[in-house]
Amino acid sequence: MPILDVYLLEALINGVLLGGVLALISLGLNLVFGVIDVVWICYAELIMFGMYGMYFLYSVFHWPILAAAALCIAGVGALGVLLHVIVIAPLLGAAPINQLLATGGVLFFLQSAATVMFGIEFRNLGLRLPVLKAAGMFISYSRLLAFGAALTGMVAVYLFLRRSYTGAAIRAIAQDRQIMTLMGVDSRRIYVVTSALGGALAGLASCLLVLLYDVHPFVGLTFGPITFLICVLGGLGNFVGGAVAAFVFAELISLGGLYLDLEWGYVFAFVFFIVMMFVRPEGLMARRS
Amino acid sequence: MLALRSVRAGYGSFQALFDVSLDVRAGEAVAVIGPNGAGKTTLMRVISGLIRPTAGSIAMEGTDLLATPGHRIVALGIAHVPESRRLFPRMTVEDNLKMGGFLPAARPKYRQRLDFVFELFPRLRERRRQLAGTMSGGEQQMCAIGRALMSDPKLLLLDEPSAGLAPVVVEQVFELVKRIRAGGINVLIVEQNVQQVLRVVDRAYLLKAGSIRAAGTAAVLLATETLREAYLGV
Repeated sequence: MPILDVYLLEALINGVLLGGVLALISLGLNLVFGVIDVVWICYAELIMFGMYGMYFLYSVFHWPILAAAALCIAGVGALGVLLHVIVIAPLLGAAPINQLLATGGVLFFLQSAATVMFGIEFRNLGLRLPVLKAAGMFISYSRLLAFGAALTGMVAVYLFLRRSYTGAAIRAIAQDRQIMTLMGVDSRRIYVVTSALGGALAGLASCLLVLLYDVHPFVGLTFGPITFLICVLGGLGNFVGGAVAAFVFAELISLGGLYLDLEWGYVFAFVFFIVMMFVRPEGLMARRS
Repeated sequence: MLALRSVRAGYGSFQALFDVSLDVRAGEAVAVIGPNGAGKTTLMRVISGLIRPTAGSIAMEGTDLLATPGHRIVALGIAHVPESRRLFPRMTVEDNLKMGGFLPAARPKYRQRLDFVFELFPRLRERRRQLAGTMSGGEQQMCAIGRALMSDPKLLLLDEPSAGLAPVVVEQVFELVKRIRAGGINVLIVEQNVQQVLRVVDRAYLLKAGSIRAAGTAAVLLATETLREAYLGV
């Protein structure tokens, strides 16, 4: 059996594992955009704060890792609510550019706050998870774990959106904002719930990313831009499209990294994005009509 | 039951309603008729809280609607079927109906209300898993009315339910209004289809250029000069 095929398979599997995490990250951003019609430019910085939370709770204060994760998810969820109440809600009627600038300002604020509070050193959990060896392939447990948790998180959100009344209202409000009043829905409450949910997804993502990356004040730049590209490629506000785009991107990065260097993987992904913006500017899964 | 007194409303500097007073009494079906642009839709929106009047008062069974937040008005028993239906197009029929029963008070009665709506519209039961936006206009109108009925309302506001529907379907819609009434739900209906709507209501108001020009029983209104004038301009 030619050795290249094993590498190819390994890259494909790693692509799927990365895709799961990217899909989770973009889901939170998509949810907020679909419901509130606002792009959280500072979304990746919320994740950065969650990663610091994990670092301090687990490595410095020696909390059990699951308890640390639970608190981080809740904490970043609360940050999402704060962001909405303090920054977004007063600007809901304002021009979209003002909302973008405001959340962009929060991005710089969070980066600077992290630099002042935590310094610019790279930190990590110091956790050494084993690497799974199977059929000549190497798959790291941290990636498998991140993938499994991301999938669980997405299924939980899916069930919430499908089964609960609040979930139905979240889907409905993205389709017709004005008539929610007629259903007896207080849109402001739905916005707060959605912000909490978007923040909690960022919190979950931070627990997973801290297994894969070191945390520093500018770590948001590593996955922030790609998250936006995924959301745009999938069609902003389209949850299914976002998930598909996440896997497409992850495979491009992973396979590009296999044949050339990791950096070329990103180049492929971005070139693909630019081409797609010409071919299908409304996104991969654009809705008809 | 519902009482509007000298209501004024508009959009920005444009005034759409001038001192409109109107009543729906318990057990009644009432129509508001009038030409295009008379302010009929504005009137409905003012009642359900989608827009707020600039002057006047609106009360539902003694509760001041102007002091009630928009999303609480449906809890007082007022359900509004908006102009051009406004279903959630990418949600299933059943999810649309679920949104109609969003009120905490309506949730325990969900099954019962769903059976009631499906009995009224057997077609919706067949299509419960279909996306609402993919149905025909008539089916969508049924779904929109069904959605409003899910909240177990005392008063149903219907805004041009016959608009854009085939004549046969229009017949069905008016037939339905009769049945809803017979079921003990008050109806306030806005229509351009004057002849037909006057056959299913007790009383009617003629709204023209934002003010009430005539009011009375359906029979009287059908005969008045004002009505002919409003529509034919003679």
